[in-house]
Amino acid sequence: MRRIRHITRKELYHILRDARSLAIVLVMPVAMTFLYGYAINLDIENIVMGVIDLDQTQHSRALAGCFYHSTYFSKPQEEMDPTDPERVFREGRASAVLVIRSGFGRALERGNSFSLGLTIDGSDNNIAGAVRGYAGQALNYFLRDRLPPGAKLPGVIIAPQVLYNPDLQSSHFFVPGLVAIVLLMISALLTSVTIAREKETGTLEQLLTAPVKPVEILLGKILPYVFIALFDGVLVLVFAKLVFGVPFVGSHLLLLGFGLVYVATALSIGILISSLVRTQQVAMMYAMMFTMLPSVMLSGFIFAVKNMPSLLQYLSLIIPATYFLTVIRGVMLKGAGLGELVIHGVFLLVLMAIMIGVAAAKFKTRLA
Amino acid sequence: MTETAVRVRDLSRQFGAFTAVDRISLTVARGEIFGFLGANGAGKTTAIRMLCGLLMPTAGEGEVVGYDIYRQAEDIKKSIGYMSQKFSLYPDLTGRENMRFYGAAYGLKRTVVNDCIRSLSEHLSLSEFIDRPSGALPVGWRQRLALAVSLIHQPQMLFLDEPTGGVDPVFRRRFWQVLYRLAEEGVTIFVTTHYMDEAEYCDRISIMHQGRIVERGRPPDLLKKHKAPNLEELFVSLIGSREVAGA
Repeated sequence: MRRIRHITRKELYHILRDARSLAIVLVMPVAMTFLYGYAINLDIENIVMGVIDLDQTQHSRALAGCFYHSTYFSKPQEEMDPTDPERVFREGRASAVLVIRSGFGRALERGNSFSLGLTIDGSDNNIAGAVRGYAGQALNYFLRDRLPPGAKLPGVIIAPQVLYNPDLQSSHFFVPGLVAIVLLMISALLTSVTIAREKETGTLEQLLTAPVKPVEILLGKILPYVFIALFDGVLVLVFAKLVFGVPFVGSHLLLLGFGLVYVATALSIGILISSLVRTQQVAMMYAMMFTMLPSVMLSGFIFAVKNMPSLLQYLSLIIPATYFLTVIRGVMLKGAGLGELVIHGVFLLVLMAIMIGVAAAKFKTRLA
Repeated sequence: MTETAVRVRDLSRQFGAFTAVDRISLTVARGEIFGFLGANGAGKTTAIRMLCGLLMPTAGEGEVVGYDIYRQAEDIKKSIGYMSQKFSLYPDLTGRENMRFYGAAYGLKRTVVNDCIRSLSEHLSLSEFIDRPSGALPVGWRQRLALAVSLIHQPQMLFLDEPTGGVDPVFRRRFWQVLYRLAEEGVTIFVTTHYMDEAEYCDRISIMHQGRIVERGRPPDLLKKHKAPNLEELFVSLIGSREVAGA
């Protein structure tokens, strides 16, 4: 225990006295949250939509105004050419064109059915899908305002109710996931270099002449980073709250507990890499490769695991972020409790035990 | 405690097809200063690493301070100190922090460590730089600090791998005075060097060439045997003749 404590203290000195690792600890998580939080934004706004108004009544102008009033649609910079609506698509100046044929105003007053033309540039299918959805909503609002009070919209309608993230803001979905990714990357990066650095500088040779056990070295090196990574986690969460307004419904303490397990697992990845390679550079490369890509693509951070081919679904089971993503989204957005999440913690502990076990077995007290 | 500090027979180490150490045999008595001479690449560092439990031999047998080098490496480590030719303390830690860290690594109590630091600091005149980051110190001071760290657990035997490389003569002289005093206190010293004046300070020397021990004995006896005026001449003629024969 005493040895582990002293190795931990020594590691803390290394971190605190090295500007570069301090920067990784303090600046990187915040910078990454900002970057990802803003870059990965699936909310589509300000879609440029042209309106060709052949009706030219107060109703048709009100309809166009209704579209532009929302933040979802904006006007193109130039006037539309009624003879060639598609020209704006080819020139890339707009993503949709609404054509209001003449007779719209009259049909609205008489309550007759009428069809509006909406042409959408389908080359970006995300935007195209959004236009369809938003346009339908905008039209509904428009009609509701104009119907006499108490009148029903014709036909059967669905009244959807979205739970946990009623505005369907993608930041609520992404930012908790981001915490998982940032924690994983920082943890793995920080620890992956620790043993490799000692191999490079020759200090490991000196350390191995002392009667120190591999597991003491490994645990002593992991311990300081557990606290540092947790600190980073809190930092990122505070930013998530302040900058992106992500709600936090569940128990803070519960998330902290899971965070501890998750961070320790992430650190074991770094330690395992570090005990296998010889140089810091290779260690960092592996740390990035083994944490960044799989965690972003396969953990459910962006793409739902359930929709993946079954091989990739199995692969996602050995990615720690998969478990923590479920936990952090559950706790923050849904207020999930320990009972519902404990199984994820168990999986994380198993992964951690395997990695530390392999690292300790591979870590030699003799030089090659 | 045995009277023989090191007993080695036919110790070998191969790296792939290359034989770094080729069936060396030697004994070192307790309290002796044993000089391990050889040109660069002769296999001195490999040999010393095997004796310290840092490297597995590929063949042969050996005992250091009464423990088997294959099976009792942990016991050996507790009783020996090691100083490598490369400065291998933590450069961002001060001398005192390095010593405290190693004190804990050897499982010593805090009070014991502090006492040791005080007495080592006095004997090796470290006090003026012990609280500075060790990486920023001049080479001579670093070596003294490294020696102090290797002595923190009061080992009965000390392995020094070219401890005075790159150090000026005044520092070297002082360094050797410390080694002498340690030997008088009963610490066995196993030192590699290629400074021949340092070799003359040793009780016994062995000369290594291409992984093999080619000559051994007390310096005065060797000079007499080879009719050489000094060890430098002896070394050059011994190694030189072999280089020619080998070429």
